[in-house]
Amino acid sequence: MDPFGTLAATVVPLRLANVDTDQLQPGRFLRKPRSDGYDNYLFHDLRRNEDGSMREDFPLNQPQYQSAEILVADRNFGGGSSREGAVYALADAGFRCVIAASFGDIFRSNCAKNGVLPVELPIEAIERIWEMAEADPSAPLTVDLATQTVRLANDPETFGFEIDPFVKECLMEGKDDIDLTLAHSETLSTFERSYGQDFPWLTPTG
Amino acid sequence: MTEQLTLFEKIWRAHTVTARDDGQTLLWIDRHLCHEGSFHAFEKLAMSGRKVRRPDLTFSIADHYVPTRNREVGPDEPEIATMIRLLDEHSRTNGIRQFGLGDPEQGIVHVVGPELGLTQPGIMLVCGDSHTSTHGAFGALAFGIGASEVSHVLATQTLWQKRPRTMRITVDGQLGPHVTAKDLILSVIARIGADGAAGHVIEYAGEAIRGLSMEARMTVCNMSIEAGGRAGMIAPDDTTISWLKGRRYMPKGDDWEAAVAFWRGLKTDEGAVFDREVRLHADEIAPTVTWGTSPEHALPVTAAVPDPSGEANEGRRTTFEKAVDYMGLTPGAPLDGLRVDRVFIGSCTNARIEDLRAAAAILKDRSTKVPTMIVPGSTMVKRQAEQEGLDRIFTGAGAEWLESGCSMCAATNGDMVPPGERCASTTNRNFRGRQGPGSRTHLMSPAMAAAAAVTGTITDVRKLAEG
Ligand code: SF4
Repeated sequence: MDPFGTLAATVVPLRLANVDTDQLQPGRFLRKPRSDGYDNYLFHDLRRNEDGSMREDFPLNQPQYQSAEILVADRNFGGGSSREGAVYALADAGFRCVIAASFGDIFRSNCAKNGVLPVELPIEAIERIWEMAEADPSAPLTVDLATQTVRLANDPETFGFEIDPFVKECLMEGKDDIDLTLAHSETLSTFERSYGQDFPWLTPTG
Repeated sequence: MTEQLTLFEKIWRAHTVTARDDGQTLLWIDRHLCHEGSFHAFEKLAMSGRKVRRPDLTFSIADHYVPTRNREVGPDEPEIATMIRLLDEHSRTNGIRQFGLGDPEQGIVHVVGPELGLTQPGIMLVCGDSHTSTHGAFGALAFGIGASEVSHVLATQTLWQKRPRTMRITVDGQLGPHVTAKDLILSVIARIGADGAAGHVIEYAGEAIRGLSMEARMTVCNMSIEAGGRAGMIAPDDTTISWLKGRRYMPKGDDWEAAVAFWRGLKTDEGAVFDREVRLHADEIAPTVTWGTSPEHALPVTAAVPDPSGEANEGRRTTFEKAVDYMGLTPGAPLDGLRVDRVFIGSCTNARIEDLRAAAAILKDRSTKVPTMIVPGSTMVKRQAEQEGLDRIFTGAGAEWLESGCSMCAATNGDMVPPGERCASTTNRNFRGRQGPGSRTHLMSPAMAAAAAVTGTITDVRKLAEG
């Protein structure tokens, strides 16, 4: 996983609430191996007409947003299923950051495990970013993880965001949390032994 | 004075291996359930050269991809065959007990876990599936995780989590006739929103909750995730303990006695504080259906399709317009009487024995007007339903009685609602395309779905049942 520092990139505005993980990656593609690349499944059904042609009114299909690395949506983005494929699809399509008014909890933690930064901002800030990206699709947004700030190209104001320190650390260092856990091996083994004695019935027999 | 703790806090503390200053906590996992979709996690694990730390605490169950019309995967479905084979291979090479296709105890992971007694009060249970919240009905802390977290659990039997906030939803009073757990939870979601419980673990309490059977409690906890909740839980009581007794992986003899004594203490202390409290009265709850494309779009069956133009908030208006359009609805039209093209009774929300009994009570001596699929939640549920003669009621009414699996709930196994068709469904998600591209889903209880099958329209079950 590449370490995440400062990202200055263009934005694709997605004025939609409740974009669930079924929209991000429809269930029938869950069986696909990751090695195929998941970018083709991103918003697969949402971005197509019934006859399979691409919808021109869907922002991700529009030429001016093709190089965007930041996706900005309304509330409850990534709610629903735990499928990590929803994040693989975003990552494989080149997105490094998703900004929304709120997120599905599992989706949010899946993002961080795949080097995609989830940023929660108030809807007023999101409106300003949408307006910026619609007026000038080439205007960059700067997302700085170290200072936890988002800066618009045309706006003197910066917006701060909250992020869990642990998630921040993993993202900034591109770290695998299994390594982190294994650093606690001794504590873990001690816990496991005494827990097994306290709750003998939890070791399955049957 | 001793500290007053919530049920959640008691379980959280007992499972804390270590905690960092920033609040991130390494938690011990008692039970881990896998399904075919876990292949990403197994591959990740294999790539890192790591081994499964406690294969005896992980169980794998084939559900998402299994065919329901028979137990053979057809030659035209090579990808599905691969999914089922991969689960089998990963389970065998890692020494994990599997309940695969054809096993007499196979079924949907959230139906089978409790049935086998793998789910127990006070445990920490995870699975790479968001409806893992179901298991909280037993007073466990149970939640869904992504593939990276699944591989973390496989490698270490632990998980890093930030302490969620807590929310108590109290439902006073008693549910009216033909008002079920499904109606209750849909009403809760409509009230607090599809992200209303984001970042929270919900504890359900109050007289109406206490009065629910285990099956009904599972329906409630199952849909906690549809309110955005990290988990949902209900403190164990006599209903819980008698339901669990004698199940395959339950403690036996002295262990059983010790376990029961421990479980009795698993409840929120008087005076313990929740971050948020929500209260509603069972009287307010009617048979409920969803009209739109989010579970929060739920209304009493006696209501009408909302008119988006009446929404003052612009975002809400656009969302409603899109939902009404996608669902092919007319604003202001009554929900009761809306034509449906098919009915699906199944899923981890509503395909347990009680759900099938409720559907059978409506279908008995009646016939279905639209194609109706009934898919039991597990192979054991299927056997029991057949012993009770429910299968003959279903087939007698012209419904299809099939093998257990996730089936048309998420269309992963190829059972799909055709584009543009409207389906009355006992599942948990009415997302766009959830049951197949272009599918239109209306969520409701098993009795309501059975009523829709009989009339070919969304129908207030109280009319059929009473008259
Ligand atoms: S029945 Fe539906 S919701 Fe439940 S686990 Fe299967 S696909 Fe998921």
